[in-house]
Amino acid sequence: MPVVVLAHQAPSAKERLRDAAAVAFVALLLGIPMLGLTTVDQGGALHVATRWPVLGLFVALCFAGRLLARFGLDRLQLARRVQRPAVGAPARRYRALPSWLGWGCFGIALVLPIVFSDNRYIVDTATTVLIYVMLGWGLNVVVGLAGLLVLGYVAFYAVGAYCYALLATQYGWGFWQALPLAGGLAAGFGLLLGWPTLRLRGDYLAIVTLGFGEIVRIILVNWTDLSNGPNGIASIPRPTFFGLPFKPGDDGTTFASFFGLEFSPLHRIFFLYYLILALAMLTNLFVSRLRKLPIGRAWEAVREDDIACQALGINITNVKLSAFAIGAMLGGCAGVFFAARQGFISPESFTFNESAIILAIVVLGGMGSQLGVVLASLVLVLLPELGRDFAEYRMLLFGAAMILIMIWKPGGILSHREPTLRYRGESGSP
Amino acid sequence: MNPYRLLLHVDRLSMRFGGLMAIDDLSFDVHAGRITAVIGPNGAGKTTFFNCLTGFYRPTAGRVCLHHPQRGVLDLETLESHQVASQAQVVRTFQNVRLFPKMTVLENLIVAQHNRLQQASRFSLAGLIGLPGYRRAEAQAIEVAVDRLKRLNLIERADSVAGDLPYGMQRRIEIARALCVDPILLCLDEPAAGLNPRESAELNELLQSLVRDEGLAILLIEHDMNVVMNVSDHICVLNYGRKIAEGSPAEIRNNPHVIKAYLGEEEEDEDGAMKFPAESVP
Repeated sequence: MPVVVLAHQAPSAKERLRDAAAVAFVALLLGIPMLGLTTVDQGGALHVATRWPVLGLFVALCFAGRLLARFGLDRLQLARRVQRPAVGAPARRYRALPSWLGWGCFGIALVLPIVFSDNRYIVDTATTVLIYVMLGWGLNVVVGLAGLLVLGYVAFYAVGAYCYALLATQYGWGFWQALPLAGGLAAGFGLLLGWPTLRLRGDYLAIVTLGFGEIVRIILVNWTDLSNGPNGIASIPRPTFFGLPFKPGDDGTTFASFFGLEFSPLHRIFFLYYLILALAMLTNLFVSRLRKLPIGRAWEAVREDDIACQALGINITNVKLSAFAIGAMLGGCAGVFFAARQGFISPESFTFNESAIILAIVVLGGMGSQLGVVLASLVLVLLPELGRDFAEYRMLLFGAAMILIMIWKPGGILSHREPTLRYRGESGSP
Repeated sequence: MNPYRLLLHVDRLSMRFGGLMAIDDLSFDVHAGRITAVIGPNGAGKTTFFNCLTGFYRPTAGRVCLHHPQRGVLDLETLESHQVASQAQVVRTFQNVRLFPKMTVLENLIVAQHNRLQQASRFSLAGLIGLPGYRRAEAQAIEVAVDRLKRLNLIERADSVAGDLPYGMQRRIEIARALCVDPILLCLDEPAAGLNPRESAELNELLQSLVRDEGLAILLIEHDMNVVMNVSDHICVLNYGRKIAEGSPAEIRNNPHVIKAYLGEEEEDEDGAMKFPAESVP
């Protein structure tokens, strides 16, 4: 509908007006039901009332806004074309960026609770960000590296969380004992999902995995004997500091009494923060090492062209299943932490919405990019938090930000792919 | 009589897609240390034959026996496509180049050595902690890859992203990558398509040197008659899934059936995507 404006010539005034008019027309169509009509309560019954002035104002604003935005964009494009530097020079600087950025992020994460030691809200939010970072890194194995579009990742998260919750409340298992078992169980579920979907690709795989995520959630809702249904599992034991619990009082040795500290609820918050930081960094180390091993390269090769892989003698069944299993295992481990941190879990926490956010983190970050996941989780978790002041417009803001990022960087925030090995780097001289 | 050892024996192979007989009762032999070409007009069943050979299709009838020097006789039609490459060491390239476009050239060649490396990494465990055994295997794999790249004159591009390179170069990379799998039979699906005359002359030389120096057998599908007539030792001509002629380049050039299939009668004129170059038409 909008008039296509060729980049190399400035559009005439007539073209601009036509373009803005087209936008105003769309605004009118959308505005009639959303703004033009409203319901009012008249004597206990609902009546439809009209608000034509509001609609008129909205359409006029859209018209003017489009005119201005188009004008501004054209000017910007012109300016950018004029001052575009020589090709080659900026590329090198860009490549060096991620390495120090990663260490910078790690440094900030390390000192964050110390700097904000009196602000529980910030440390709590940072913990949430780190959970999503870990989940993003896990899903990155499946989606970013192996190229298998999985929409039900939250199922593995739920398996891990429920595994710990049940083992801890029923059998008194500790966090560290349950962690490997829950990871293994989630990996098993990964294989369970991976096996029947081996022949599927792209959209078809996405649909099946979406169904898988829902199956797991619905089982959790309905299998009341196991999962306590929609009521969830409460009073899950919190992780202890190598056997020292975080609690007030003098009954037994606690973390505070052992170190001779005044008890403070912040101790546990800090401990949980550093715990997820350690788990996330371990995940990062694990995944980035795997990426440089034959299995990691095979994942990427399967993403690029699975038929060529077969012709080179690679058993793509094994490659895909290992990606499913490892991605699921990492999701399960994150789930264990989630259950231990919340102390209460219910199927409510494992809806499709979560899967979508984790997938958005991976896609927005730039498929396969480890650092991109960190930046995208920051954006996706912090934006709704920052947007709290905007009350009901929060999600609108969130959606707009995502659209803007995808327009600005269609390949994700960091779409640069670092090779797993180099000829010139590895063997010294060319 | 024939000084070259029998390597591949195709025995009454048929492939049917619904009502279409893509390959109809095809039999011929491929010998070690020779270049065998499969030619024919578009739609003659050449690529289908490759797909049957390399496990991508299950033939409807017939057998494809590989006489492997170490592993005895292998029935290729019963193997999975990845087993054809890893066990039978029959490696193919594709008509439309299938590289891993976002990976570098060197990575492409390392992926081709996956099975060896995966074994050396003890299913990633030894690799994760970086045991010396795995490091050695990796260094060796890089050495093999670099050796192939040097041989195909691609070493300058080792760290380039494969998908960004020109088409002709991508074709050569695909051959280099196939060589990294350590094949005894290399199946090339139109390796000269899209190459300029100089590149295709280089390709001729490369194919001949591979056979001469490494004792490889090459099975070639090709439309470029300059390549086919210059390098092949043996040619098998297909038309509508049937073998219509077989023999040395000189025999094929003078075979009336072949000339008819290519230059043909009135109704097949549209088929002539490939033609003999003027000088090679008898």
